[in-house]
Amino acid sequence: MTSSEQTSPLRSETDDNGITTHYHQFDVVIVGAGGAGMRAAIEAGPHAKTAVISKLYPTRSHTGAAQGGMAAALANIEEDSWEWHTFDTVKGGDYLVDQDAAEILAKEAIDAVIDLENMGLPFNRSPEGKIDQRRFGGHTRDHGKAPVRRSCYAADRTGHMILQTLFQNCVKLGINFFNEFYVLDLIMVDDKSKRAKAGKPKPRRAAGVVAYELATGDIHVFHAKSVVFATGGFGKIYKTTSNAHTLTGDGVGIIWRKGIPLEDMEFFQFHPTGLAGLGILLTEGARGEGAILRNASGERFMERYAPTIKDLAPRDIIARCMVQEVAEGRGAGPNKDYVLLDCTHLGAEVLETKLPDITEFARTYLGVDPVHEPVPVMPTAHYAMGGIPTNIKAEVLADNDTVIPGLYAAGECACVSVHGSNRLGTNSLLDINVFGKRAGRYSVEYANDAEFPEMPKDPAAEVRSMIQTALQADGGERLASIRKELQEEMDKNAQVFRTEQSLTDVAGTIHRLRERYKNIGIHDRGKRYNTDLLEAIELGFLLDIAEVVVASAKNRKESRGGHMRDDYPERDDENFMVHTMAYLTGDAKSANVEDHISIDWKPVVITNYQPMERKY
Amino acid sequence: MSMTDTAALPAAAAEVPSFTCTFIIRRFDPEKDAEPYWQDFDVEMFATDRVLDGLHKIKWELDGSLSFRRSCAHGICGSDAMRINGRNRLACKTLIKDLDVSEPIYVEAIKGLPLEKDLIVDMEPFFESYRQVQPFLVASDKPEKERLQSPEDRARFDDTTKCILCAACTSSCPVFWTDGQYFGPAAIVNAHRFIFDSRDEAAQVRLDILNDKEGVWRCRTTFNCSEACPRGIEVTKAIAEVKQATLRGRP
Repeated sequence: MTSSEQTSPLRSETDDNGITTHYHQFDVVIVGAGGAGMRAAIEAGPHAKTAVISKLYPTRSHTGAAQGGMAAALANIEEDSWEWHTFDTVKGGDYLVDQDAAEILAKEAIDAVIDLENMGLPFNRSPEGKIDQRRFGGHTRDHGKAPVRRSCYAADRTGHMILQTLFQNCVKLGINFFNEFYVLDLIMVDDKSKRAKAGKPKPRRAAGVVAYELATGDIHVFHAKSVVFATGGFGKIYKTTSNAHTLTGDGVGIIWRKGIPLEDMEFFQFHPTGLAGLGILLTEGARGEGAILRNASGERFMERYAPTIKDLAPRDIIARCMVQEVAEGRGAGPNKDYVLLDCTHLGAEVLETKLPDITEFARTYLGVDPVHEPVPVMPTAHYAMGGIPTNIKAEVLADNDTVIPGLYAAGECACVSVHGSNRLGTNSLLDINVFGKRAGRYSVEYANDAEFPEMPKDPAAEVRSMIQTALQADGGERLASIRKELQEEMDKNAQVFRTEQSLTDVAGTIHRLRERYKNIGIHDRGKRYNTDLLEAIELGFLLDIAEVVVASAKNRKESRGGHMRDDYPERDDENFMVHTMAYLTGDAKSANVEDHISIDWKPVVITNYQPMERKY
Repeated sequence: MSMTDTAALPAAAAEVPSFTCTFIIRRFDPEKDAEPYWQDFDVEMFATDRVLDGLHKIKWELDGSLSFRRSCAHGICGSDAMRINGRNRLACKTLIKDLDVSEPIYVEAIKGLPLEKDLIVDMEPFFESYRQVQPFLVASDKPEKERLQSPEDRARFDDTTKCILCAACTSSCPVFWTDGQYFGPAAIVNAHRFIFDSRDEAAQVRLDILNDKEGVWRCRTTFNCSEACPRGIEVTKAIAEVKQATLRGRP
């Protein structure tokens, strides 16, 4: 971290066990330094004393791995409108999208892209010098008539450019970063403001966070008026994933343990084109540029499933078709266990200029040159549609409509819900920019109008005891073996296709793994960069989150978007045209699901588009 | 193309035979050790594994205290730059098959930055140099839409936009090893990215910063940085272009 006056603690104290706790105060504290967190910081930083706390150095965040682009109906290349973008987003999400939020996403997309360009983002350019745009899955002209060029991109490094541009602008604004600080707790206190008295009984508000400094093992308490969670996803509940090792759902897990509900957790996106066996992402932009999926016999199988837009159907549909091709014996390779992404007709120039990174990934990791050979691919766990429930101001909700004052969430960790049951490609880079900006704006607006809430007597007590307990863990269980089993079983039972049986099986596995987790051993007892301790805590969050995903998936007895139940293959609007709201109602660490998770529903916001059959 | 030859495609990792690899890792825990020391580990590896997989195996199965940074595991986030067999690389982009596995694989932290623990160094001096070159667009106009930029102007600085700030270049530079005040290749690369961006107005400010005694003229053109860059950026060329622009102004 930077040592400056702004980032030095107000006071520090060391307890009898030798653990030092530092105390800080900021108007706005943002947890996470990926796209959503830094976009929020750029909005909040100039107007209030703002800190960004991140487990990683900001430029390590996984926004940087996003490739294909960011959707906005700029109409730079061909006719387009934000209304068509809204419709595509709603239909892509299989009508579980909150349509008021989708309208905001599509409308504000245009400014979001222009903001980034003005901040310096090096977009690819059209011959006239405008931002170039390309096709992407599920984005169509005039309500599904044909693919439309809506994705603004910078080669296949759009996420990298967004992350770098946002970081550059944070440097420009002198944002205070606390890098490699691992937030472990959210401080919630009774809301005693005037605003609260008019509201419901016993409201709670956010008052700050508690973090563990990786470099030193010290604890830091951040007292804040507003707290923004922008902690990203939790793809590491799965084995085959495009997600980074560090995407362990810490923020979502903290929220869950605080008794705040999680929305639509059963909806996880499997990106169709992960490098087979590895899960490394190959952008949908490849298909946007004309690449084709083929089975072992060379057939362009998507023609059968989505005759109009074929290989540019949304991800949930393509992923299912791929798995089905393989299940029916049409997979390629010696084990017939993958399909092929054929880019050979695109030519070396398109691959080198528009898709250079994925070309290199295929060469480096599989030894396959996409210029000459088709690339083995299979779906890879990619993106959580669900997460922390928020409204369109990025305010976190304690139930279907009660706002928690001072608490905000944006990006993959949040569920607005603009993605419904299946996110369209290029809508996530958009989401972090639109709702990251909103989180920044509304959190600073709140902070500038609120007093610092009174803090509990020892706000770090829980985290201190969590660290102490973990450091003394000397059981015989290896955390890596528990994590491996969790990931493998989630791949097997809660992936593209699910059934009552598979979900019951994996729920049982999680139950057993939780018991084993109580008996783990931590080998590193030190204070400095104790990544052994870090991984143990991360595993605790993974187990919690996997359990919520499975419980939510079991409860939804229909198939919609990214949630495909083999035993309930149809969409059931009569019973399930609602968001899932999972609540922690008992001890999160108890092994039995029934005694601590209860499921409720929340209506979907419908403005213009009544649910229709989803055909492409 | 014909699809009849799919059987000839590479098999998945599981069908490749495994073999034992020896990793020799430079360990250091300042809470325990007066000096760094080398430690051997034998692990079962596949040819398609990456060095990062080996480090994970050691950490997850043999010694949980081994400390290193990593995140994306496919060469994008820049966390895991380290010295592997004496060369700076990303552990997640170095495949075992590309190393001579009849010999041990030596792994140590990158050089020139303060060693914190095992393979972890203090990145703060590196980011401080980065911040000093004003690595952000400076433009006074407030356009309503995007600024226009021709594809040719955009291509002019494409190479240096690829930087992931992993520090492989800077920590491979012999000048940086002996003079930590030198800005180093990565900072110059990030200055280059804006100096040659047609939309930017502060090229001269950055050129003045880099015209310092710790600036571009410290570069001795050893090409270590270009060889080390995991993103294939022509770092030495970028530095040379900044040197030229310092003398002649931005082209």
